[in-house]
Amino acid sequence: MTEMLGTVQGAFQGWFGPVWGPHAWVLAKSLAGIVAVLVPLLVTVLYYQLVERWVIGWIQVRKGPNRVGWKGVLQPIADAIKLLMKERIVPAGASRGLFFLAPIIAVAPALAVWAVVPFSPGWVIANVDAGLLVVLAMTSMGVYGIIIAGWASNSKYAFLGAMRSAAQVVAYEIAMGFALVGAIMAGRSLNLTQIVMRQDGAFGLLEWFWLPLAPLFVVYFIAGLAETNRHPFDVAEGESELVAGFHVEYSGMTFAVFFLAEYANMILVSTLASLLFLGGWLSPFPAAWGILGAPGIGWLLAKIAFFMFLFLWVRASFPRYRYDQIMRLGWKVFIPVTLVWIVVTGVMMLEPVRDIAPFSLWFGK
Amino acid sequence: MWNRAREIVSSLMLTELLKGLALTGRFLFARKVTVLFPEEKTPQGPRFRGLHALRRYPNGEERCIACKLCEAVCPALAITIESEERQDGTRRTTRYDIDLAKCIFCGFCEESCPVDSIVETRILEYHGEARGDLYYTKPVLLAIGDRYEAQIAADRAEDARYR
Repeated sequence: MTEMLGTVQGAFQGWFGPVWGPHAWVLAKSLAGIVAVLVPLLVTVLYYQLVERWVIGWIQVRKGPNRVGWKGVLQPIADAIKLLMKERIVPAGASRGLFFLAPIIAVAPALAVWAVVPFSPGWVIANVDAGLLVVLAMTSMGVYGIIIAGWASNSKYAFLGAMRSAAQVVAYEIAMGFALVGAIMAGRSLNLTQIVMRQDGAFGLLEWFWLPLAPLFVVYFIAGLAETNRHPFDVAEGESELVAGFHVEYSGMTFAVFFLAEYANMILVSTLASLLFLGGWLSPFPAAWGILGAPGIGWLLAKIAFFMFLFLWVRASFPRYRYDQIMRLGWKVFIPVTLVWIVVTGVMMLEPVRDIAPFSLWFGK
Repeated sequence: MWNRAREIVSSLMLTELLKGLALTGRFLFARKVTVLFPEEKTPQGPRFRGLHALRRYPNGEERCIACKLCEAVCPALAITIESEERQDGTRRTTRYDIDLAKCIFCGFCEESCPVDSIVETRILEYHGEARGDLYYTKPVLLAIGDRYEAQIAADRAEDARYR
């Protein structure tokens, strides 16, 4: 593999000369990485919404979509074609430039974050030191898309949805940030690869951070639900009271782009939860178990799939939160819980404590 | 005080949420009840109230005697009847229209009919592509009756002792 890459790198030197060769190589390598990450991601997004309709259907004792293609597997293709063909309607009073900018702002960060997400040791487009910081910054950008969409639509429903979304994201961003602070403390790094490697050890899943950081793990996932405006926190859409919230006025491809951003964000939250709390690509079994104990991207994909399923399961199970309850949960429950647990984590990591039996498993290394 | 503490602990442990998830999780594997419509159909009773039909006697004579009871009882005013005396001295309809866009399928017309002429059949899969397509006239209704007479008669016979 490395040899082959070296040959290709040499070929680039030959094609573009010694000055431009290295630059062209870096560019080509990055582009190849982007394609290798984004194409599977977009296919996953397409099929995630089919699986969502299936799972919710099954839970409601229905069969779900099963008409297009074998058992309905071509349904997302049909939906995509439908959305492509539909007219993009711009409301008369809308701010045209912002109206089309909003979906782009929503989707660009949702796709850009994947640059720093590692899938296996070395399998990352940009292995930056402050990877988690990039993730936090990028995911915070996404809400601008929603706010601008609500503002530019010049519709009161869209505006109310955007306002709700803004307040909600501000509230939960803090709890989410604190939950990540716990993971940073435990991982002693902002680099996602290093945080995962910290969870490596002889005992498999007992070494992962979900045990010492259990409250933060739960808070992170629930805040992730709120961040992505998913059930039961989807008041920004709130069909029953706000028609469709911030994207009432969007149709066709512009709507599809919002859709894409939301689902890409859900997959991202699932991936980060797997990386930070469930040991990423590490095997849940002890290293001594041979092939089962070996780390690999398969484990990461399985963990991501578990969280993605949890998103759907939660959506099919719970009614929507009342708005003031969302605020209460965010400010008066999650933030205190995370703050307390950051202190507890600090104590667990202190010099004498971290060498005692259970804590040495996670912090003694 | 003690109860409150227990409440807080239980809500922090997400016990109720987990119970809810367990419940829906069980239904994930439950037998699905969906009826795949064009291939599978739900069972219909003999009293099913679908598309209307006008019946004939076995000798081919139309049953309707233009008493206009159905027209009078129709709550949606969907039925229009005109009649005149035929050459043999009997009264028959010259026009018997049902506007299915108005009809609410209450079955009153069928109930009011003294000669079992106007009936509602089991047919439910019909449509109109233009506004006038759902305005059914006498020949159409008679044709429906002729075509499904066997089924109509069987349903009436099955339900006879309750009527």
